Amino acid sequence: MDFSIITTAIDNLLRSHLPEQAAILTECVLVALCLVLAYVVLAIVMIFMERKVCAAFQCRLGPMRVGYWGLLQVFADVFKMLIKEIISIKRSDRILYALAPYIVVMSSVLTFSCLPFARGLQALDFNIGVFFIMATSSFGVLGILLAGWSSNNKFSMIGAMRSGGQMISYELSVGLCMLTMVVLGGTMQISEIVEQQLDGWFIFKGHIPACIAFFIYLIAGNAETNRAPFDLPEAESELTAGFHTEYSGMHFGFFYVAEFMNLFIVAGIASTLFLGGWAPLHIPRLEGFNTVMDYIPGIVWMLGKTFFVIWLLMWIRWTFPRLRIDQVLVLEWKYLVPIGLVNLLIMTICVVAEWTF
Amino acid sequence: MEMKKPVIKSIPYEEFKDNETLEALVKELNKERTNVVVGALDDLINWGRSNSLWSLTFATSCCGIEFMSVGAARYDFARFGFEVTRNSPRQADLIMVAGTITHKMAPVLKRLYDQMAEPKYVVAVGGCAISGGPFKGSYHVVNGVDKFLPVDVYIPGCPPRPEAILYGMMQLQRKVKVEKFFGGKNIQQDPREVRREPITVTNAPVEGCEKCEG
Amino acid sequence: MELEFIDKKELRTKLKELRNSGMDFLRELIGMDWGDEGLGVIYLLENSTTHENVGIAVRTTDRKKPTIPTVCDLWKVAELYEREVYDFYGIRFTGHPDMRRLFLRNDWVGYPLRKDYNPSEAINPIRLTSEPSEDLQRSYEIEEEKEFEAIAKRENFMHVDEYVINIGPQHPATHGVLRFRLALAGEEIRKIDIHCGYIHRGIEKLCESKSYPQLLAFTDRLDYLSAHQNRHAMCMCIEKAIGLDVTPRAQYLRTIMDELQRIDSHLLMLSCAAMDLGALTAFIYGFRDREKILDIFEEVTGGRLIQNYNIIGGVQADITPGWENKVKEYCTYQIDKIKEFEDLFVNCIITRNRMRGVSPLSLEDAISYGATGCTGRAAGWACDVRKRHPYALYGEVEFKEALRTHGDSYDRMLLRIDEIKESVSIIRQLIDNIPAGEFKQKTKPIIKLPEGRFFAAVEGSRGEFGVFIESHGEREPYRVKFRSMGLPLVACMHKILKGCKIADLITTGATLDYVIPDIDR
Repeated sequence: MDFSIITTAIDNLLRSHLPEQAAILTECVLVALCLVLAYVVLAIVMIFMERKVCAAFQCRLGPMRVGYWGLLQVFADVFKMLIKEIISIKRSDRILYALAPYIVVMSSVLTFSCLPFARGLQALDFNIGVFFIMATSSFGVLGILLAGWSSNNKFSMIGAMRSGGQMISYELSVGLCMLTMVVLGGTMQISEIVEQQLDGWFIFKGHIPACIAFFIYLIAGNAETNRAPFDLPEAESELTAGFHTEYSGMHFGFFYVAEFMNLFIVAGIASTLFLGGWAPLHIPRLEGFNTVMDYIPGIVWMLGKTFFVIWLLMWIRWTFPRLRIDQVLVLEWKYLVPIGLVNLLIMTICVVAEWTF
Repeated sequence: MEMKKPVIKSIPYEEFKDNETLEALVKELNKERTNVVVGALDDLINWGRSNSLWSLTFATSCCGIEFMSVGAARYDFARFGFEVTRNSPRQADLIMVAGTITHKMAPVLKRLYDQMAEPKYVVAVGGCAISGGPFKGSYHVVNGVDKFLPVDVYIPGCPPRPEAILYGMMQLQRKVKVEKFFGGKNIQQDPREVRREPITVTNAPVEGCEKCEG
Repeated sequence: MELEFIDKKELRTKLKELRNSGMDFLRELIGMDWGDEGLGVIYLLENSTTHENVGIAVRTTDRKKPTIPTVCDLWKVAELYEREVYDFYGIRFTGHPDMRRLFLRNDWVGYPLRKDYNPSEAINPIRLTSEPSEDLQRSYEIEEEKEFEAIAKRENFMHVDEYVINIGPQHPATHGVLRFRLALAGEEIRKIDIHCGYIHRGIEKLCESKSYPQLLAFTDRLDYLSAHQNRHAMCMCIEKAIGLDVTPRAQYLRTIMDELQRIDSHLLMLSCAAMDLGALTAFIYGFRDREKILDIFEEVTGGRLIQNYNIIGGVQADITPGWENKVKEYCTYQIDKIKEFEDLFVNCIITRNRMRGVSPLSLEDAISYGATGCTGRAAGWACDVRKRHPYALYGEVEFKEALRTHGDSYDRMLLRIDEIKESVSIIRQLIDNIPAGEFKQKTKPIIKLPEGRFFAAVEGSRGEFGVFIESHGEREPYRVKFRSMGLPLVACMHKILKGCKIADLITTGATLDYVIPDIDR
């Protein structure tokens, strides 16, 4: 099913009733609303999922009392957070302090808008989509640095510095893995990349180099989202709450939500680049199977794959202890980056020699 | 407006021992016709607050270990949504004063309390935090945190069993749900002046707990 | 216990002599107030190879400006011990580099453990203002002309341009309310300043006004994870003094309970180490197993964490029928589960990298700092009281004293696992052979200890726990001193952590496994 039919219909409808400028404006507002709504809903789902998954790993039940099976727990948290006092800190850098959480959220919303949920169901899609994703996802670190700097708190400062060092380093690996897949796909347009995977996901098409890239991407992506074992910037047992130590109320809520949504985005990009996005699972020469798979709508495929990757990352998060800052950097610069570079080369050779499926 | 029974949504009535005190209190408030305007929004806010009590990880001694037990698999306070313990006071909703508070710790605790964002609640866990416990009479022990903090719930025991801590937390939830009767706290005011009525966890008078005996 | 009183002037030569003759373990340094006879200090020394003990005492009649020469260059742990004595008795140790208060606030008035201390609230009210942070280290030196007139020298500990952060007192990784002031260079630790006393409850002073059976209640609350062992030490000390023999059944029960408590404590340590390193699942698994021990405790003693089980002359209650089987079942269960824990956390490559080689403590330092327990044994020091001075049934059961050699964080953690296995084997040896008979001896309603000084030590969960009682023949003790298991561990931190990263501080704290109420008392 192509969602562009619906979007085009809406577009035509608006244009027929409104002047062009107003129509575009209305569309922008509508898209923004939908995006923010999806963002919030997904964040709530993710937080609930995290609590339940973590409970399952730890032989616990997780939220049970609020609503059936604890389903309303996160809503209660959201209501609470909304009305919680926002404390202004003495001798903090007021403007930057207030700005920082919005920068973090903005960066993740922008990246979120690049994810293709189904054919045509994608807010931002243009020919350098991969670059755009890399650019928008990397300025989130700015918000974290600012948060740490402006809080006038030494713990926050250390957390921010750690996060700066870590996120900027791991961006390199993430970028290399993305480039590897771009080499395989030959395009940077997200929708195009997904279209190419209709006859086989990149992780199968690119075989060994793609698998290596996928693993590196998972590790680096985990580090990008500041989650264990790479949760040093907010290492609870070391820096109390890291860069957001001083934030309260909804400002803290933004960081909290952005953290979860970054996880979703990392998983979403993984499923787009490696697991075919909304493309259904097709096995060559198995026409019956392929037809059945085609009946499952693309959005289900996309969300299914994304949540599978999220589940993988949660599994990692709840299993491993935390690394130390020097180990984090050693892992990146001594292992992941060289492997990533070599892998990029291998992939290029494979593509040039047409050793891909 | 008449209120027969203060039905507190989503908390099972029969799970509490001392429902009468609260009923009496609500009835009394009803009689004076104060604060009976019940808005749906108010309900929603109190529902949100009461079901999302994130505690500050604060423990000084034995009770802290029992608090950890409550968080672990068998007692699992995540069922109530308490599992998000925050290490930064800015993000916490309640402070569980678990353990003895000494003269040296008192200013630190006070400061932690001041650093928390409104609305905030205090739970005194264990004999030491309630009254000084076995160390009452020592030169360096504060005989109860209520000397300088407004305590919402007292959980007696030395240390209290995890069930008692859970029960105390549920009592706090209940208290938050009827917060509209008690009124929120004014930030500007000195906390010592705005002492809210405490709810004790058990009916039985607790040894060494002045508040409970009264 | 015999004491040799020495003149202040000869103290250092005598102690140096003893130190050179092999008395390299300073077991205890006890401050004393003998009223009119003056203030003084008792040194309990031990030879770490022959386990021979010597008690030395020194006193000074000057109550206004008492001075005693320091011994912190002979035994490194004396640095904190002497600060403690200064804090409680106001005795200044000449030559000590850092004479600040250890437990009480800087602006505290008076020395609380002196007999003439005025505990009035008017003098020391509850201050809600932050404690002024004192960086001035005072050290006293004797001026030649005026004999024993101490001159104060001052030095700043932290400099203005240093990046100083506070870890604690409210911090998830300090396991309570310990406070570190760290001077950092980036992530690296330059200096550590340790502040104790945030949970100092003045138990030793309280003991002086309580009767002997009442004292027992405090021991459980010192190190609540060695509640049984602590109380065992106290009972042993009193029983030794009044010459009471404990029935074999009580001895068996005490030993089994001690070992169960040790497993409990080590499990908690392992799970807390996991939590500090960020592995929350391992933490919960550890606690899940710990609940099983608590069930066993609860069935017999009625308490979970603090059991109040040992009493003077035996134990509080007899075991319930079928309890032995539960213990045996538990032993099998635990051996199985510890393997799971090892797979999940201990053998994880991240854990190994985080802990291996981090904050190693050499054998020499371990002895000098008196770091007993798993910390000492990880450094290769055979310091187990159960072997050194066997008590209860430890002389009869067969067990190996687990030793390791690196002394680093990883060894300290592995040693705990070894000890859990060892403890299970001790329990298995005893559980089937509990003899019939009385579980407690009748004692007089009022227990009075004969005049004298008594000392008993047990192997607590994290080191040697000792109880020293000086009795003047009354219902209450004249002075009670507990040998803290944690204070020597904290004392060695600044040595082993210099140049480490902040994250290593957390690892080290987790593996040293100090319990703050035990340090602060």
